[in-house]
Amino acid sequence: MSSLTIPITQAPQRWVLPDRGKVAMAGLIFAESAIFTIFVVAYLFYIGKSVTGPAPRDVLETPLLYTICLLSSSMTVHFASKSLERGRTGAFLGLWSLTFILGGLFLFGTAQEWHRLIYERGLTISTNLFGTTYYSLVGLHAFHVTAGLLMLLIVLIFSLSGRVSQRESGRIDVLAMYWHFVDAVWVVVFTVVYIVGR
Amino acid sequence: MSVLALLFCFTTVASAATTGLPVSSTSMLAPASTPAKTIFGLSMFVLGVTALIFIVVGGLLVYSVVRFRGRAIDAGREPAQVYGSTQIELAWTVIPVLIVAVLFLATARIIHAIQDAPKPDAALDVTVIGHQFWWEFRYPKLGIVTANELHIPASDPAHPTPTFLKLLSADTDHSFWVPELGGKTDLIPNRVNQMWLDPPRPGIYLGQCAQYCGTQHAKMLLRVYVDTPADFAAWVTAQQQAAVQEPQASAGKRVFETTACINCHAVAGTPANGRFGPDLTHLMSRSTLGSGAAENTPANLRLWIQNPDAFKPGSLMPAMKLSDADLDAVTAYLETLR
Amino acid sequence: MSPNAIAIENSQSERHPWTEVLHEWVTTVDHKRLGILYIGYALCFLLMAGSEALIIRIQLMRAHNDFVSPQVFNRMFTMHGTTMIFFVVMPVLFGFANYLVPLMIGARDMAFPRLNAFSFWLTALGGLLLYFSFLGGSGLYGAGNAPDVGWWAYAPLGAKAFSPGHSTDYWTVALLVSGFGSVGTAINIIATVFSMRCPGMHLGRMPLLVWLNLVMSGMVLLAITPLTAAQLMLLVDRYLGGHFFDTQAGGSATLWMHFFWIFGHPEVYVLVIPAFAFMSEIIPVFSRKPIFGYPVMVGATVAIGFVSMSVWAHHMFTIGMNSYANSFFAITTMAVGVPTGIKIFNWLGTMWGGRIQFKTPMLFAIGFLGQFLIAGLTGIIQACAPVDWQLSLSYFVVAHFHYVIVGGILFAIFAAFYFWYPKFTGRMLSERLGKWNFWLLFLGFHMTFDVMHIPGILGMPRRIYTYEPRPGWETLNLIVTIGAFIQAVAILVFVYNLVVSYWKGAKAGNDPWDAWTLEWSASSPPPAYNFAMIPVVASRRPLWDLKHPEDPDSRYE
Repeated sequence: MSSLTIPITQAPQRWVLPDRGKVAMAGLIFAESAIFTIFVVAYLFYIGKSVTGPAPRDVLETPLLYTICLLSSSMTVHFASKSLERGRTGAFLGLWSLTFILGGLFLFGTAQEWHRLIYERGLTISTNLFGTTYYSLVGLHAFHVTAGLLMLLIVLIFSLSGRVSQRESGRIDVLAMYWHFVDAVWVVVFTVVYIVGR
Repeated sequence: MSVLALLFCFTTVASAATTGLPVSSTSMLAPASTPAKTIFGLSMFVLGVTALIFIVVGGLLVYSVVRFRGRAIDAGREPAQVYGSTQIELAWTVIPVLIVAVLFLATARIIHAIQDAPKPDAALDVTVIGHQFWWEFRYPKLGIVTANELHIPASDPAHPTPTFLKLLSADTDHSFWVPELGGKTDLIPNRVNQMWLDPPRPGIYLGQCAQYCGTQHAKMLLRVYVDTPADFAAWVTAQQQAAVQEPQASAGKRVFETTACINCHAVAGTPANGRFGPDLTHLMSRSTLGSGAAENTPANLRLWIQNPDAFKPGSLMPAMKLSDADLDAVTAYLETLR
Repeated sequence: MSPNAIAIENSQSERHPWTEVLHEWVTTVDHKRLGILYIGYALCFLLMAGSEALIIRIQLMRAHNDFVSPQVFNRMFTMHGTTMIFFVVMPVLFGFANYLVPLMIGARDMAFPRLNAFSFWLTALGGLLLYFSFLGGSGLYGAGNAPDVGWWAYAPLGAKAFSPGHSTDYWTVALLVSGFGSVGTAINIIATVFSMRCPGMHLGRMPLLVWLNLVMSGMVLLAITPLTAAQLMLLVDRYLGGHFFDTQAGGSATLWMHFFWIFGHPEVYVLVIPAFAFMSEIIPVFSRKPIFGYPVMVGATVAIGFVSMSVWAHHMFTIGMNSYANSFFAITTMAVGVPTGIKIFNWLGTMWGGRIQFKTPMLFAIGFLGQFLIAGLTGIIQACAPVDWQLSLSYFVVAHFHYVIVGGILFAIFAAFYFWYPKFTGRMLSERLGKWNFWLLFLGFHMTFDVMHIPGILGMPRRIYTYEPRPGWETLNLIVTIGAFIQAVAILVFVYNLVVSYWKGAKAGNDPWDAWTLEWSASSPPPAYNFAMIPVVASRRPLWDLKHPEDPDSRYE
């Protein structure tokens, strides 16, 4: 049995620890990267191994336009969070909305491409190994874009109702980290599917 | 109950009755082929090393538990608070690294010796195809297709005639394991694996499937007959013949060919050409049914056709629902396929 | 009277209706309560998975036994393995981590309490889903059955063609869901450790339990996620007509194996590293010395974390990889034994020159040391790939991994129970029952798992519902079965101890073991807010400094 007092006298001058939101988001990104890596490995492994059906070079068209949309949205989200750090909520709202629109355009582009592939070129997830790996990888990414857009939308609504101020800039930074991750994954997916895989 | 009695009768593999050959155990400590022997040597070496480590470290554990046990007189006094020692840490890092290096070199040598062994011209080629729950053996250069019991010639160390097995699968994963002849290698669909055996002494070597492949994984047994060169040549010649045609078995042959049997089974020289189940051309040359599930006797054969689940519940052969008369006829026919 | 020792006596004085108590527990976000929920949940599943093991052992007691059909047997070993790994050992370890990590770093709770609760309930849902399969999964054999594809669900056995019905889907979805829970908890632990330490607690002053749970959490992020990915692919194959593992369409069965074991091997380190954490806290206290070589222990654990990500294909030595691949995985597997061995030596070094007290936690710790040593050595034997060509997929492997998980991890978990139960409940577990628990388990464990190596050497493969009466197999299997029942009795003694001591155990006070980390400065159990004032620390053993102001650790670190 002991009754112990922990003295306060030795407290260090500065005790600053990393922001828990950023650490957690870094952890999430780490974990998600592992999931994407497995899908990328499967995609690379199966290049050229389809027994039947359309090959990538027969049906794929490089999605330059909506790739540019997505990658620019990283820029806009970066400037949006910088604006909020400086307290410029108006600029923040504008740039954040632009991010949302650009992300939405990317999703629209993906949907268009899939529609073309399915109805005009006859490539579905069950057609052959290429179809399976293509739709799974691009689809997993699109799912993450959708989740990101949902979060962007929620913040947008909060911002429109005046609830987002300089005080929230830390949390906005965390969300921006996620959005950058989604873009970085697209760079990898784009390279693997439209450059290496063709 | 009768099923259980029949299973109980089949307690030990009935080899001596048919061939007089000695039957092996399935112990990796009784190697009878070069791969198994080299593995045995390596395992004794690594066992020696690990036993030594166990004695030293285990001894230190026992010693410290005895020597440093707390006594009543020590109550209230703490021992010297030692935080660590860089020298000791280095010592017990370097020594294990050296042990690992030695073990690895020994291991890598054996890996290459077994996996990259060159194939002599006199080698016998056998293709093994794994099925749920039986083994198909094809001898491509000899034109033989058989099932469940593998015959290979004994290999004289002076003039080696090893058997090189090509391992394929028709459905899911299996593994070919006859411990006295060598380590196991898996049979994986859409993949070609290879292994080799060169047992010098004739005998029957036992094993079974080692990779879980479904309900009757447990009864996918292996019998490898290592024959003298003369016996092997005789066996090959017999297997190369088309099926025996005996006129008194024609009733049963008709039943066989007009019911669904031929969908799955093949009998060389007849219209039966199914490949889903074992080739039955020389069914009577095998000592077991169902890949080791039952002894190959007329009574067992009849029961097997009537209800395979009696011996091997979950096997993929359906109960054929034949009338008693048809059942007797088909069994009599199959009994002629020597 | 220390402010930290004040226990708020609210809940003991009033009587609350059971509905209110239940509501509190179901909606709690307190890391201590969630820790207890995880542990209680795991104990329920321990009893179920243990029963499955006993069914397996009864069936294998004799050759050609017919206690259960092959179909039932195959479900038993699948469910036993899946349950023990995902719904017993992982929840128990997350439970202890949840309870102890915030306390040991002087924090009031985890970084994200609501995420904590959400992760627990996801795991709980996964377990319920898996067991619902007994009722809801349909297949070839009639209404309702559990998965029977082994806990690895190797392709193509897990494909629709070979596993019609929903039994494999219950396996897949249950693990997918609980996997998200595990990742959530891992993220929480990492954020807590980096962002919530009390002033003065540099990373180099954290208790080893905190360090090791940090490494474990990092590994969870990298290891569970490949399984998640592979299971998503399996669902695509089974429901969307995909061909990831469809060998008829050119797919690869070995790809599943690689993905599974890239998860599967680090997973066993995820299981064992928290066990190491318990040992690193308990052995010093009962040797009355600090842990020998703290920085090396940290470094060795980090090394294990990294190297263990490179050994996975030692589970695949028999699939026909070429000699270079086999050699690579052989050497990485042997290499990971080096930092692991170093840890064993450091624990021995802690005991050396100490004054060992043989209380129940220490008995289990000593059992751990001897048994984990043997388990590691049989691992080294199998790391030699050609030897593994004989031993793989046999009962030797089954003996080896049970030696690690039962002889190592479970013994460490019992040590942790006996050590921290006083902190969680304010009562001591009975030492007398504890010794019965230990010796019965020790006897049963060695009877079962020492002997179990032999059938493997004699050629007995795993996952077989029956066997031919080969020489020795029956007698050996019978001994193994008897040992299993002795272990079952030991577990029952333990459960009885847990329950009876809650009401009749001696009052524990704050610090019954005279230990040195921060959780022992709070009351037993700690109040909801843990510490009245956030502590400030100047060394790795803040309570040693307080008890020995003439010779504090801070002078030597």
